[in-house]
Amino acid sequence: MKKIATGNKTVAEAVKQAAPTVVAAYPITPQTEIVEQIAEFVTSGQMPSRYIAVESEHSAMAACIGASITGVRTFTATSSHGLLYMHEMTNWAAGARLPIVMANVNRSLGPGWNIWAEHTDALQERDTGWLQVYVSSVQEAYDATLMAFRIAEHNNVLLPVMVNLDGFLLSHIMQPVDTVELGDFIPAIHLPHAIDPRHPAGYGTLTGPDQQFRFRWDIERSMRDSVKVIEETEKEFARRFGRKYGFTEDYRCEDAEVIVVAMGTLGKEAEVAIDLLRNEGIKAGSMRLRWLRPFPKLNLKGKQVVIIDRDYSFGRGGILATEIMAQTKEEVYSVIAGLGGQEVTYDDIAGFVRTRRMGEEFWFGVNAHV
Amino acid sequence: MFEIRIHSRGGQGGVTAARLLAMAALHDGKYATACPFYGAERRGAPIVSFVRIDDKPIKVYSQIRQPDMVVVLDTSVMDVVDVLHGLKKGGRIFINSAGKREFAGFECRNVDLTGIALRENLVVSGSPILNTPVLGALASMGIITAESGKRAIREMFSDERNVKAAEAAYKEMSA
Repeated sequence: MKKIATGNKTVAEAVKQAAPTVVAAYPITPQTEIVEQIAEFVTSGQMPSRYIAVESEHSAMAACIGASITGVRTFTATSSHGLLYMHEMTNWAAGARLPIVMANVNRSLGPGWNIWAEHTDALQERDTGWLQVYVSSVQEAYDATLMAFRIAEHNNVLLPVMVNLDGFLLSHIMQPVDTVELGDFIPAIHLPHAIDPRHPAGYGTLTGPDQQFRFRWDIERSMRDSVKVIEETEKEFARRFGRKYGFTEDYRCEDAEVIVVAMGTLGKEAEVAIDLLRNEGIKAGSMRLRWLRPFPKLNLKGKQVVIIDRDYSFGRGGILATEIMAQTKEEVYSVIAGLGGQEVTYDDIAGFVRTRRMGEEFWFGVNAHV
Repeated sequence: MFEIRIHSRGGQGGVTAARLLAMAALHDGKYATACPFYGAERRGAPIVSFVRIDDKPIKVYSQIRQPDMVVVLDTSVMDVVDVLHGLKKGGRIFINSAGKREFAGFECRNVDLTGIALRENLVVSGSPILNTPVLGALASMGIITAESGKRAIREMFSDERNVKAAEAAYKEMSA
């Protein structure tokens, strides 16, 4: 059914359909509407879930972990400082192999106190063992949330999944969204290492140097296996519901000499810039990176690459640029733009391509090449 | 793509007007996005919200700089905000006002939405509701169809006075 809804309400709608047994969450701007809506669904009897109102995000993730380890479906949502407050527990969730699904509304980190879009919050969770997908429309937020449950709970994965949507730009925008009849798209959860509370046992003994590396290696193996599960899930989603997704969304890349790589709404707006550049005779294309973990093999051979980072790692560079430069030998022009919700238009993106200086880093707004 | 900027004050329903407009455009078979500008807002402060309508999917997320149309729900914001800022040459203006106004180089229409809301007894907590009648005015200007406008209003509000007020605005504008 087609309707107009915000990214937040739409994520809540997807969660309602996935019907997790437990939702534990704490409100934070610009995510609050997700958990408010879910709480309303639960209170009005539209969702059979148990909603645990907690006193902090650390507790939210801890409650999800406690619920998930009994083998039930779980969900939480957060943003920015809330995500960082969870950080100890996000590591635990992945390490304990718990398929928790979380929506993270990407927001800048303080100080200064800023509530607008930036990807640095989620990227600080990059090495925790969570799968991460970044979306670019309200429809995609809905679709990705549904797929996240199926991917996380797949027995070849059993790792948590974070669905990332840009603060305000997606959380609060209202767009058409086509909801689906889910059917059996998300199979019943089966956690092989679930604890049965009716048959208590002791867990959590010390893991020595002769064992810990095996658990780490096991996470990495599942992370690699998740590539195939993601592909299969997206294929099955397209077969059932008609909307296609991939590790990247490529736009006019085939004969392109220069490719813009970005995530989230910037990656979508880049397509408008590509059309402008093509009209000027510049052979440009765009590649919107959807999955950051597992990181896909990007086909950039022989292209000049303009990477837009809505994030930064101080003392090193744009995080996306750094990841891509580690994978490819192609020339990169690294643009830092959109931090703290900084306005970046398709004209600006076309400008980055026109005036690109390969091998350099450019801070948009500061207009400094370094 | 047709881009609209709506000026109002916090609490007057400018964001809801944007949403209703997007819903109506969707019913007209078009693509639409509605977005509020989120800043340090509070009740009574001047705010803007945006609507984009197009025949194809909308990929633009940056703010509207050169709207095709400006909608002013409260003329008092015109004392503190340049509502014509960036408006395209020959662009259209709708103002909630009983008095006719002229702006050189633009097409300006007006109707007294506040008066209509009061007449239809469409008042909540002492404030006349503007975000539903404005759809009638915009339908009269051809931005959406009247049918889709009414359908959008009915999807969001069960009180039929909203539709009656929109119809009244449509009639006054079309007269």
